[in-house]
Amino acid sequence: MAKGVFAESGADLRLEGIKKRFPGFTAIEELDLTIPAGSFFALLGPSGCGKTTTLRLVAGLEEPTEGRILIGGQDVTRTKPFQRPVNTVFQSYALFPHMTILENVAFGLRRRRIGDPVAKAHEALRLVELDHLAARRPAQLSGGQQQRVALARAVVNRPALLLLDEPLGALDLKLRRQMQLELKSIQTEVGLTFVHVTHDQEEAMTMADTVAVMNKGRIEQMGSPEILYELPATVFVANFLGQSNLFAGPVQESGGETIGVDVGGERIQVPRSRAQRTSGYVTVGVRPEKLTLHETPETIPSGANRLGPGRVTDVSFSGVSTQYLVDVPGLGTIVVFAQNTTSGPVAALGAEVWVAWDPGHTFVLADEPPADGRFSDDADTQAIAAQARERMLTELEEA
Amino acid sequence: MALAAFTGAPPTQDQEPAVRRKSGIALVLLLPGVLYLVLFFLTPLISLIITSFQAPVVDGDIGQYQTAFQWSNYTDSLAEYWPQVLRSFVYALIATAAALLISYPLAYFIGVKMRGRPVLQNLLMTLVIAPFFISFLLRTLAWKAILSDDGWIASSLKAVSILPPDAHITGTPFSVIFGLTYNFIPFMCLPLYSTLERLDIRLLEAGQDLYASPWTTFRKVTVPLSMPGIVSGTLLTFIPAAGDYINASQDFLGAADTSMIGNVIESNFLVLQNYPTAAAMSVVLMAVILVIVGVYVRRSGTEELL
Repeated sequence: MAKGVFAESGADLRLEGIKKRFPGFTAIEELDLTIPAGSFFALLGPSGCGKTTTLRLVAGLEEPTEGRILIGGQDVTRTKPFQRPVNTVFQSYALFPHMTILENVAFGLRRRRIGDPVAKAHEALRLVELDHLAARRPAQLSGGQQQRVALARAVVNRPALLLLDEPLGALDLKLRRQMQLELKSIQTEVGLTFVHVTHDQEEAMTMADTVAVMNKGRIEQMGSPEILYELPATVFVANFLGQSNLFAGPVQESGGETIGVDVGGERIQVPRSRAQRTSGYVTVGVRPEKLTLHETPETIPSGANRLGPGRVTDVSFSGVSTQYLVDVPGLGTIVVFAQNTTSGPVAALGAEVWVAWDPGHTFVLADEPPADGRFSDDADTQAIAAQARERMLTELEEA
Repeated sequence: MALAAFTGAPPTQDQEPAVRRKSGIALVLLLPGVLYLVLFFLTPLISLIITSFQAPVVDGDIGQYQTAFQWSNYTDSLAEYWPQVLRSFVYALIATAAALLISYPLAYFIGVKMRGRPVLQNLLMTLVIAPFFISFLLRTLAWKAILSDDGWIASSLKAVSILPPDAHITGTPFSVIFGLTYNFIPFMCLPLYSTLERLDIRLLEAGQDLYASPWTTFRKVTVPLSMPGIVSGTLLTFIPAAGDYINASQDFLGAADTSMIGNVIESNFLVLQNYPTAAAMSVVLMAVILVIVGVYVRRSGTEELL
């Protein structure tokens, strides 16, 4: 790393055949990834999926068991962290407690002997609107302020690559929103390459140009937030990024532009371009907000996919929308989000309804459907919590 | 005074009113400690200061003194014993530096590198304090035997001509400083270990991430953060080492020309029965240590760290 000069611009990052094994477990199975220069890239996944390990590998804090890491075309696999043109905003902030805020921010500049470190540090602190606290110590700042200092301390070095390890995890919702916007504007302003690790799907989708969903040490799917949401490729992505209604069934017709899948006796149409598989037994999905509820099948427009009849088992109002749970015999529970465009519920609790949607919103996933036709979202934290609660309740009843 | 630097954080502002309200309870709680200090520290101290100004009884026996205000006790004894005073602080300083150089890597290894292996960590710390299971005097005598002229170390060094045939290891400044270093290493190691054990490794990673080499990270992050341990360790070594009279004694590792201020006080009190001189030297020792420690704590800036 050259002393006394900043990186000209963001650099691209390439991971080639990365594997990382720790004694006892494999953190990263196999990872090939290219992040173009100047982009805002998010690595999204549940805890323990290998995303933080990936970041530490790029920063040089861990060494890969196999594979190469290239930053701006240069192989940095065996270089030490302090020699890489990379800075990290740590999850724990890791501010030096014995230094003032100003000295924390100037630390990297001083190490690289960049001219006028104090003025540059003040400038970076102004960017995060904390220049008035420059003389304080980290312990005298709130969590949100410390987070911004950590960001300033990394950004001030103009690294070719900025790594963000769940930096907003400790903030409350309002500050989180504000920081998300600030981060995004800083990235646009300085043109650096940002790699952001998070388990918050909403954060990843609002901030990043490209999102890679990681699960069990592999990347499940990568693409723009819209593509990932509208056209998930696997069950994991469909459930981790938002909610999905998933059904299993055999492909009945696959001749034309659309394929037909038999789900509980109904024919579900899927555009061929939205199907990962076009034959055999497949998993069909649709997002809850694409569904409409109908009290009679007559009101369903022709050409629409439909399932039913089912019974409304739960209605919960959440402001902008109302969530309905519809129990369809043989298919399980279908989740429907209806916009609250009219006052009062679209369907009453216990009512008999049909659900319908435009075939253009249907997708077919790459996974083999489970034998019993039921989908357990093993990695969904909500599902895990719900299962734990259920287990606890049964234990309590038994006791 | 010095200890206040590493006993606790300064009270934050919002705590103070509550503390003041409960000052009655605080006084009661402090009473036993205050009584203890008055009885066993203040009283002997005052008696020592009074003794240090006493003058011999005219035509009295040896060891008979009366209350006076004889300043010359100080000037005379300093004029006579200044080499021993100087030697004490030089030896103590060298021994403290040597103990720090030996203990820091040791404490770092046990406190940082051995993290995640608490059993091994505890075992190693037990080994560090294991010498305390044997009497201080016995251990120093054992070293006297090991380093003696017919011991294997001296004879093998002479055999390979590193030492001339008529040289000694015991009775030299080297053996005295060696003994001081050896005896006070656990006092250095324990406080260093307790700060290094709490050292946040993530800060070292942050240092490396911000372009600091491992050596710079050590200088700029590890050392400043372990300052409380360094300060308390050096004080716990330097203060007793400066007043030590065992290692420098001729019966142990020293000789006549290595005697320290502790030896002077000992011989004046117990052999020569020259109590005022011994008391004056004790007061001098205490005063010099207080000044050195005060300057040291202030300069090292440890009040701010805690």
